[in-house]
Amino acid sequence: MKFTDLTELAARNLREAILRNSLTTLGIAVGVASLVALLSLGVGLQQLVNRSVARAGLFDTVSVRPRQSNPFRSGGGGQRRATEDVQAPRVLDDAARREISLLPNVIEVDPEIRFTAEAHIEPRSQLTLVAGMPPSSESSGSLEGLTGHFFSAPNAEEAIIQGDLAKRLLDDGKTPESLLGQEIALRFAQRQALPAAPDPTQPGSAVGPDEEAMGFSIIPGEKNFRVVGVLPTSDSGNGPVGFNAAGIYLPLAMAESLEVVQGSDLRDVARAASGEGRRYAALNVRASSPAGVAQVESAVRGMGFAAFSLIDVTRNLRTFFAIFDLFLGIFGSLALAVASLGIINTLVMAILERRREIGVLKALGAADRDVRQLFFAEAGVMGLVGGAFGVLMGWGIGRAIHFGTAVYLKRQNLTPPNIWSVPWWLVLGAVAFAVLVSLVSGIYPASRAARLDPVEALRYE
Amino acid sequence: MSVSEVHAEMNGVAIRSDRVSRHYHMGEALIRAVDQISLEVRAGEFLALLGASGSGKSTLLNLLAGLDRPTAGAIFAQGRDLAAMSSQELAGYRNRTVGMVFQSFQLLPRMTLEENVELPLRLAEVPRGERPARVRKALERVRLGGRVKHRPTELSGGEQQRAAIARALVNQPAILLADEPTGNLDSKTGEEIMNLLAEIHRPVSGPGCTIVLVTHERSLAERCADRIVSLSDGSIANEERLR
Repeated sequence: MKFTDLTELAARNLREAILRNSLTTLGIAVGVASLVALLSLGVGLQQLVNRSVARAGLFDTVSVRPRQSNPFRSGGGGQRRATEDVQAPRVLDDAARREISLLPNVIEVDPEIRFTAEAHIEPRSQLTLVAGMPPSSESSGSLEGLTGHFFSAPNAEEAIIQGDLAKRLLDDGKTPESLLGQEIALRFAQRQALPAAPDPTQPGSAVGPDEEAMGFSIIPGEKNFRVVGVLPTSDSGNGPVGFNAAGIYLPLAMAESLEVVQGSDLRDVARAASGEGRRYAALNVRASSPAGVAQVESAVRGMGFAAFSLIDVTRNLRTFFAIFDLFLGIFGSLALAVASLGIINTLVMAILERRREIGVLKALGAADRDVRQLFFAEAGVMGLVGGAFGVLMGWGIGRAIHFGTAVYLKRQNLTPPNIWSVPWWLVLGAVAFAVLVSLVSGIYPASRAARLDPVEALRYE
Repeated sequence: MSVSEVHAEMNGVAIRSDRVSRHYHMGEALIRAVDQISLEVRAGEFLALLGASGSGKSTLLNLLAGLDRPTAGAIFAQGRDLAAMSSQELAGYRNRTVGMVFQSFQLLPRMTLEENVELPLRLAEVPRGERPARVRKALERVRLGGRVKHRPTELSGGEQQRAAIARALVNQPAILLADEPTGNLDSKTGEEIMNLLAEIHRPVSGPGCTIVLVTHERSLAERCADRIVSLSDGSIANEERLR
């Protein structure tokens, strides 16, 4: 019999005992729903963690720093230390930055500009971390939830402020978004190059022995920036975290031009290290893909720098979620296993009721295979309908759990993250699994129906 | 016997049984439902198997229909031994070579007449486009052209049996096997059915059909059959040619 005829007859047979078949199908649907609801929460949690890690640039970013002379302070395992021991520590200067940018799989090398500054909006001030943000951040997904807009130009006098800091700078009752368009003053320690020859006639122009030793002097600096963007507060789980977390973000080129004193300046003084051009406390190297991170990391270490990425941590994270989802899947499948008994029961009952019909079909020329396929098709149709309905139910249950969680978190004054996701593979996989379980359940009844003796079946009253 | 030898021997014979037996075990007892029957039905012949209840006529018909397998002997149709066929081949034989009509009609009650008649075409994998015309033609042949959308329960016994005949004929089988087709009908309706079978056997135009009729009513058999074979206790008791 052709497939279309088979499914048509199967659907017709199912309609005949609509109540019993509907209840059996509902059993499958409940099984699939529990599977989908549990896995959608598992997948949602995994995606939440992945999003956080990706936003932090942990998947495709390698943080490069000058290596410490003490190998135990550079972190990492024995292999890393062994590699570092081969190469002498190097200064992270412009030459090194150019060299790193030429490595395979490297798409961007940006200096890490981070400094402490006092943010001031009349009448309040707050000490905070300020970081430079490269133009690529606009499209990297690290600014999820940004209110306002990204910097208009690479050296615009604009700032993006973290919601937490904004709250601390504002009067009670005002929302962080009210800062948009306002000016914020930053006060920071600025490097100033020493004059080539001090003017003895000018008071204060004399260079002290400390300054001479450092090669620059430190003066207070202040600059105003217009707030163009506000990032979500930290309790929402959004906003940049990880390598580049800060209270205020400035365009990277602008942050560099401020000549702010950074930790590396003082370290260089302590070491009296030599090097050409600009020196960096750290460089953030973006790889073309997470797969290229390990190669970049290894190459950078080979050049004599300390490199750090979270690729190993994320690999462990993926393993954890694979096991977590597996357990959720097993628990979800238990209901489906119970439903499969319902299918067997329904089909065995159908054989008893339709014994004579099977005899007629055989008398008209149905082969054992046709009868077997007909019962398989009935089991498959129940699985398909139950699977599709179960996905909808599971979607609803997952959504309800998500909604309930959101209400609970809001009551705790926390912004609820999205912990629920129903990807396409889950929808298709759940329906396919339901059909598979139904077909397996149909093996025994279908074989029994196919084996019926037509003469006996035709005599059946 | 080789296939070519069987073909040569089958010349003009629609179906032939060669010392065919069907024995059952019922507890300790051995029931010889059909015992070493050799029978030849010529193409185009109307044969009546006559006998009392339990004489083995229905069992023999089931063997000829390929619904049952003999415990001994052979049945040859279309040059092949049914006993040697696989169950798949036997199903094909039941679908395309023979058409069955039963005493209790055996129509599927939840299907309309046209759906019942379409069933053999579905099993034969006849293209969908061809089916409606063939179903209509078969139902018109039994004068049920106006009842295609009716369910069997909405029809009289005679109409149900006519629908069953249409279903048996829709695949244009070479042999029509009828097991007590008038057994559930009153005498007038039974006569109508017998007239219909006679019409199918010798139509006004076109080729006729070989018919094997099982009945316990001698008068019915004498009215239509070319030959009557009487069975008793699973064996042929008598054979008479009428036409």
